[in-house]
Amino acid sequence: MMSLTDFLVVSAALFCIGLFMVVSKSNAIQILIGIELMLNAAILNLVAFGKYDRLNNGGQLFALFAIVLAAATTAVALAIILNVYRRYKTIDPNKVDKLRDE
Amino acid sequence: MNLVQILFYVMAFITLASAIFVAVSKTLVRSIFMFFITLFALAGLYVLALADFVAITQIVIYVGGILVLILFAFMLSGRETLDALQKQKNQFISANKVAALFLAAIFFIVLLNMVLKVDADHLPWITNAIRTNNVITPTSITTDNIGINLMTRYLLPFEAISILLMMALIGAAHLSRKEQTL
Repeated sequence: MMSLTDFLVVSAALFCIGLFMVVSKSNAIQILIGIELMLNAAILNLVAFGKYDRLNNGGQLFALFAIVLAAATTAVALAIILNVYRRYKTIDPNKVDKLRDE
Repeated sequence: MNLVQILFYVMAFITLASAIFVAVSKTLVRSIFMFFITLFALAGLYVLALADFVAITQIVIYVGGILVLILFAFMLSGRETLDALQKQKNQFISANKVAALFLAAIFFIVLLNMVLKVDADHLPWITNAIRTNNVITPTSITTDNIGINLMTRYLLPFEAISILLMMALIGAAHLSRKEQTL
């Protein structure tokens, strides 16, 4: 069987790819995908450790909660992206720099 | 090296390769569709970690829900997003990207160092779980246990997260309405 360290290394690599996307991309949708990658790395860790908790299923249940949280986050973030596009005609976060109304 | 291990390495390779493709792809549509493959391979990894219910939930919610939402946002935000990407194509390697790559590499080294130092397979509670036979085996049925735990031990987080989900969905629907003149 695979050891826990293998899962942890895969999820660390996935997290760093997500971090790279969040920092380098100039498109709100791609930044959102990067955040999803980071969330998935965390869920992979929860699931890998959840193997050692057969009676209470702590890891697997909190992985399910994290998936639901990701769904809620995405819905709100996409609504915000659509609003930003409607107002600024761009979704580049570097160009959205006005706090006041137009 | 048995079949499970080979399957694990194949799944891990598919996950990381498609994630890197998502990160470096210049076309937004292509990176969104490669994200499908990343999510499916991650579901395969969950199955190999003996969490089949979480794997099914991953496919249903991520692939069926979140990815379709992202595609809708891409289609509704029109051609401007593509123009921004075209501009990106001209400058092949920018200072911004080098800095991001540096940050990600440093962070990966730190994480890797920590993972190798902590030696997760011999943590006290894990050896304790192995000794008391509290480990999920490939033949054990976990789904009914998850259901029972969800309704007894984890009832409070379950209710809290359902209220949070309702609030988030109502808020998203409110935010994405057409603005009315006040």
